Amino acid sequence: MVNITDIVNAGLFAASLRMATPLVFASIGGIFSERVGIVNIALEGMMLTGAFSGVLATFATGNPWIGVLASVLAGGLLGYLHAILTVKFSGNQIISGTGINLLALGATAYLCQAVWGSRGASQSVQGLEAISIPLINDIPFLGEVIGNQTPLVYLSILVAILSYILLFKTPGGLRIRAVGEHPAAADTTGVDVYRTKYLCLILSGMLAGLGGAFLSLGHLSLFVLGMTGGRGFIALAAMIIGGWTPFGALGASFLFGFADALQIRLQSVGILPSQIVLTLPYILTIVVVAVFARKRLPPSDYKPYEKD
Amino acid sequence: MIENHRKRPNFRQLFEKLWLKLVGSLKNSVPQIVAILAAFLIGAIVLLATGYSPLEAYGAILTGAFGDIYGIGQTLTQATPILFTALAFLLSFKCGLFNLGAEGQLIVGGFFAAVVGISFSGMPFFIHLPLALLAGAFGGALLGFIPAVLKAKLGAHEVITTMMLSYVALYVTSYFVNYPLKAPGWVSQTIPVAPSAELPRLLPVTQLSGAFVVSIVAAAATVYLLERTTIGYEIRAMGLNPAAAENAGINTKRGLILAFVISGAIAGIGGAGEILGVHRRFIDGFSPGYGWDGLAVALIGGLNPLGSIVAAILFGAIRSGGITMNVSTGVPLDIINILQALVVLFVAAPKLIGYIRKKGGFKWLTSRT
Repeated sequence: MVNITDIVNAGLFAASLRMATPLVFASIGGIFSERVGIVNIALEGMMLTGAFSGVLATFATGNPWIGVLASVLAGGLLGYLHAILTVKFSGNQIISGTGINLLALGATAYLCQAVWGSRGASQSVQGLEAISIPLINDIPFLGEVIGNQTPLVYLSILVAILSYILLFKTPGGLRIRAVGEHPAAADTTGVDVYRTKYLCLILSGMLAGLGGAFLSLGHLSLFVLGMTGGRGFIALAAMIIGGWTPFGALGASFLFGFADALQIRLQSVGILPSQIVLTLPYILTIVVVAVFARKRLPPSDYKPYEKD
Repeated sequence: MIENHRKRPNFRQLFEKLWLKLVGSLKNSVPQIVAILAAFLIGAIVLLATGYSPLEAYGAILTGAFGDIYGIGQTLTQATPILFTALAFLLSFKCGLFNLGAEGQLIVGGFFAAVVGISFSGMPFFIHLPLALLAGAFGGALLGFIPAVLKAKLGAHEVITTMMLSYVALYVTSYFVNYPLKAPGWVSQTIPVAPSAELPRLLPVTQLSGAFVVSIVAAAATVYLLERTTIGYEIRAMGLNPAAAENAGINTKRGLILAFVISGAIAGIGGAGEILGVHRRFIDGFSPGYGWDGLAVALIGGLNPLGSIVAAILFGAIRSGGITMNVSTGVPLDIINILQALVVLFVAAPKLIGYIRKKGGFKWLTSRT
């Protein structure tokens, strides 16, 4: 007989925090993109590429932090590609994003085979070590949840705080939001619309790449084919229900992280077939996107801006 | 005398008209041709960088896909589900929406067809086969209906909901073929469908089945739907300008739901065709990504059902020739997914193609345009 405390305990909340981390990075990445008027459904591919690049660089150097750096760079590169296609050449944002997702899926599978000779997964590499925070670690329940995590978990919360300050408390953030809300007006006040869009998309890709690095280096210590499993789209949902604000996205990511952790927990307990349990985060995403759709208005109109 | 005089120039005019149309459509597809060439060029660089010979790899794709009658048969076999998903994508795109769930709709369509296929025996084929195909259409339509209603009633973003539903479809069908409907043995698959539900094979040795014929009929039906029916007109009007369509009295919510249901049904028939014609049973994860091929094909085909037929055969050739390439040269099969993605990226931004044609070595393709 399965006891409820086997499922719901401090370990579950610690796992929720871990599963929320990639979503926090990616959904904040999504905010930077959508705040300048560009839909970024490529988050999925950016995360996947980040996850792969992190493992590849760690495999080559033996240092997972160089891996994290590689993830960030690879994600940023794809953000740059999305910017070239949608800003410079005014391409369709959804199609460009889909193309990047497909490229990430194909290229990581191809390279995984070229490097490790296996399509399904890479070799194990040195992952990121968890750090324990001395005082918090001793608090009974809370210590178990937040006291002993990889540094990227703490970094994700820091990123949310910094992003909030950047977007809503600095002139730069005002410019970013202006570019999304009214590019022509921003242009007349001297904001370089194109440059802002490029920078925000690169930042968006870097954050998504960091989310990918957490999945491969902070969680499994190896790359698995398609390991993002739709998390880029779940991150988009978190961004929407978080009202395109960093703290909103942070909260929503915890909700989805909890669903993901619960799903993993239920699989290991084995009361339901894994295939059914695995659908939980996806169904939750659909429900949440449907319920919250009307409540929020997107911050921009997503049209390519062309200077006369 | 007068009649003769009138007939001869008419015949010549017809010929000239046809010729001009052919030249015109070739000229119109210059951007797509540039996109494909550019994708293969980058693919060649990837192959070189990873230690393979692009000439050998592409040569193997070509001979594998068209080298003999078997290759051609397999090319058309692979083109079939791709054409269905391309039609599904383009129908949603015509009404201004993105159905990124063709992969899931194809899988569920195949699953429903398999369930009908294995549930009855001794039924005459002219009832069983259409019933199984209809079940496939219903399964796909069901999966298209959910995001459409959520979009129409609540405004839920269809890109997210269709993607998420594809994962749900994959896992739920996987559950069924791993537990209640699993055939004896270690493979996650159902038992074979009854012979009365099988789509007949068209070419000996190859897997080419009647599904190919159904896909061509579906393309023609899509042209008819879009060009000759009221709902097709409404769908196109919504795609061009939703606000104007609404003002003109078109029920855009109904149009949106109909477009997605039909779109899902087409993808579902594609899955049914795979199951009833090629595999003859439902196999877990039978689609190698036909839904995404369809997106690329619809774009390369100029978002036109007839253009999609040509593009589907091209992508079918890459898929079937890719298998030959993988066996004979050892190049990972995923290179074809990279090529597909590059094509999508190039087509995403028409201005990029113009830029390449201006700056790159493609000037010879730009005459008089």
